[in-house]
Amino acid sequence: MSEKELGKKWDRCLADGAIKLGTGLGLGIVFSVLFFKRHTWPISLGSGAGLGMAYANCQNNLRSHYMLHRGDKEQ
Amino acid sequence: MLRACLRGANATARKNYRRIPLTSLQQCRHYTAGESSSASKVVVAGLLTVSGGIGGTILYAKWDHKFRAAVEKNVPYSDWLLGLALGPPAQDPGLPIKKRVELAQPPSMIEKQVKKSAKKEGAEGPVKDSSPVPSKPAQSIEEASAEATHIISAISEVPSVPAPCDTEAAAVKEECKECHEHKEATAVHPAPTEPMKERPVEEVAARLAQQEQEEQDISASVSASLEDSLASSAKATLQAIGAQEAALQAIIQHTDKLKEAMEAEVLPEEKSNQWKDLEAALADRTTALNDARAALSKANESLDSLRSVIDKSKGLKISSVRPLVLAAEENLHNMVVDLDKMVMKVQSAESEAKIVSQYSELVNEAKRQFQREVSSLTPEIQANWKGLTGKLSTDDLNALIAHAHRRIDQLNRELAEQKVREKIHVDAALEQQKLEDQKALDNAVNTVLQHVKEEARLEQERKLAELREVMEAEMRTQLRRQAAAHTDHVQDVLKVQEHELKAEAEQVLSSKMLEQETRYRQLTQEQLDNFTLDMNTAYARLKGVEEAIDSHVVAEEEARKAHQLWLSVEALSYSLKTAEADVPTVPLENAAQAVRDSCRDNDFALALAAALPEKSLQRGVYSEASLRARFNSLRSLARRVALIDESRNSLYQYFLSYLQAALLFEKSQEAPPSQLSSEDLDPFKLLSYASYCLEHGDLELAAKLVNQLRGEARRVVQENDGEGARRTRSNGEPEVLT
Repeated sequence: MSEKELGKKWDRCLADGAIKLGTGLGLGIVFSVLFFKRHTWPISLGSGAGLGMAYANCQNNLRSHYMLHRGDKEQ
Repeated sequence: MLRACLRGANATARKNYRRIPLTSLQQCRHYTAGESSSASKVVVAGLLTVSGGIGGTILYAKWDHKFRAAVEKNVPYSDWLLGLALGPPAQDPGLPIKKRVELAQPPSMIEKQVKKSAKKEGAEGPVKDSSPVPSKPAQSIEEASAEATHIISAISEVPSVPAPCDTEAAAVKEECKECHEHKEATAVHPAPTEPMKERPVEEVAARLAQQEQEEQDISASVSASLEDSLASSAKATLQAIGAQEAALQAIIQHTDKLKEAMEAEVLPEEKSNQWKDLEAALADRTTALNDARAALSKANESLDSLRSVIDKSKGLKISSVRPLVLAAEENLHNMVVDLDKMVMKVQSAESEAKIVSQYSELVNEAKRQFQREVSSLTPEIQANWKGLTGKLSTDDLNALIAHAHRRIDQLNRELAEQKVREKIHVDAALEQQKLEDQKALDNAVNTVLQHVKEEARLEQERKLAELREVMEAEMRTQLRRQAAAHTDHVQDVLKVQEHELKAEAEQVLSSKMLEQETRYRQLTQEQLDNFTLDMNTAYARLKGVEEAIDSHVVAEEEARKAHQLWLSVEALSYSLKTAEADVPTVPLENAAQAVRDSCRDNDFALALAAALPEKSLQRGVYSEASLRARFNSLRSLARRVALIDESRNSLYQYFLSYLQAALLFEKSQEAPPSQLSSEDLDPFKLLSYASYCLEHGDLELAAKLVNQLRGEARRVVQENDGEGARRTRSNGEPEVLT
């Protein structure tokens, strides 16, 4: 059922976003603590990067139906 | 508004920061001031940039129209702003100017042509009007010539003008001239009012005829009068001449007789006879002379009358009369000449007779004197002179001799006297004769001079008449030549016209003939077609009747089979409609099998039955209620993704679509219109229409409406519709089969 497809996509988006945000945050904290003397900016950078990646992934996922893939072209 | 708030905030911030003392919070102030000043700077800079951008856009749009059009297309409400700033976009001026110019030109040309033609007509009018005005006195000849040309042009066939040098032709011309002269006086008045125009043929002919008639009458009358007077004068003259002749003869006779009487020595009896004859002759002579004189007077009278008549007829100035007049004048002249000759002869004879008579008188007188003397001398001798021969004595003889001597002396004396007297007499007579001769000569010279003058005048007149005739003949030949040329030209034109008309007529004839033929063929074809049609219809009807009878039997069988099929289909549709509550789907296998059994020999029905999708047969078709429930859930989903399609599918668009679904409210059920317009294709509206249809049981329409969804909404709903399609197909099958 296609109505569930959208819901699935959203779930994946959120999960992916949470993971990436968390990962980015974590990495940012680590780097900030380890290399950048507890500045804030690596944290914001990491989280921002994570969020951005999640956003891009989600968008791509939702667009995937309309995009032509290389596999389709070869077919 | 946001900008205004920002500005206000900036202003207040600036004010606030200015109030704060600078010294205490230097850092902060620096920080905050810098921040505020930088912020204000930034804001101001931003504002300037934005305004500069807008101004630049407007300026560039003013300069480049394509850019303006692109901006208006892409940026909403920019057309309003640009319209406010620059005014409406300029139109392409293009071609209308040229067209207007071109249109202006032909009317001017047409006007020019109209003007030209008007000018021409105007010029012609005044020319025509002015032509009759000038030189009216000289109009006669011009008019005559113009009218002659008009006449010749008007008359199609130029009649051979009576060529004989007759009085008639000359009379015509003279009459024409006279008539023109008469008309001149009358034409002066109407000439300025109406322009010269060609007289109609009939009028000209009538006028000519009238003129001819008049001339003929006048000439006839004149000739008659001339002839009468000529005849009378001729008669009188002849009479006079005859009388003169007679008188002459009488005179001559008389003189001869006188001479005879004087000279001849004849016997006394005969002498007395002679004297008697002489007297008779003298009487004759006198009577003859009287007669002659009377006749002469009569002749003179008649000649005078003739002369007056001639003068009168000359006064008429008709050329036809001129030869007559000339002839009459010549006759008159001749008569006068003859008369004068005769008169002269008579006069000469008279003078001769006078001389002779004088001489005879003298002789008689001398004779008488001698007798007297002789008788005085010898009275006795006289008594018997002849019988005195024997008785003569010497005394008598001596006396006689002395008397004789005396007589001889006397006679000699008388002779000398007579000689002298004779000489004187002869001189006087010679003088008289000379005078008379002179007189006669003068008379003769005068008469001859008169005659010569008369002859010269007559000659001149004759020459004039001849010259006139020659010129007339020449003019007539010229006119004839012109007429001939004109007739040739007219003949040529007529030939050409004849050709043209013939060609035209032939063309018309051929076209009419063609028409008639085609019509005839058409009619025959129509008749044939009608006949074949009738035959075909009759045959077809016959066949139809036969087929109807045959098909009856077949139809009965078919009807039975169809009834069976229908029953099975009804069973199928019932099974479709009735949906069991627990099982969402109803397998249609049994019903379909029944249908297939009932329509074994009908291929169409078999095909249709086979067309039932497999899935529907095995698994069954969803019932209506289940479909309805699903639709409601799907509706909310479709609402949520309404804005998403191929071009708009970013996350931001998804956010906007969700926002729209949350904020937009539509009727849950709305009756769909009979015709969908473009604004009805909004997904929200479509969903409400579909819901309505679903509630009212029209699954087909609902499916169609849902099919109109586009983009993500369509994709989301599609699976569901797969079921719906199957359902509708299955629904439609029984209907079709039925």
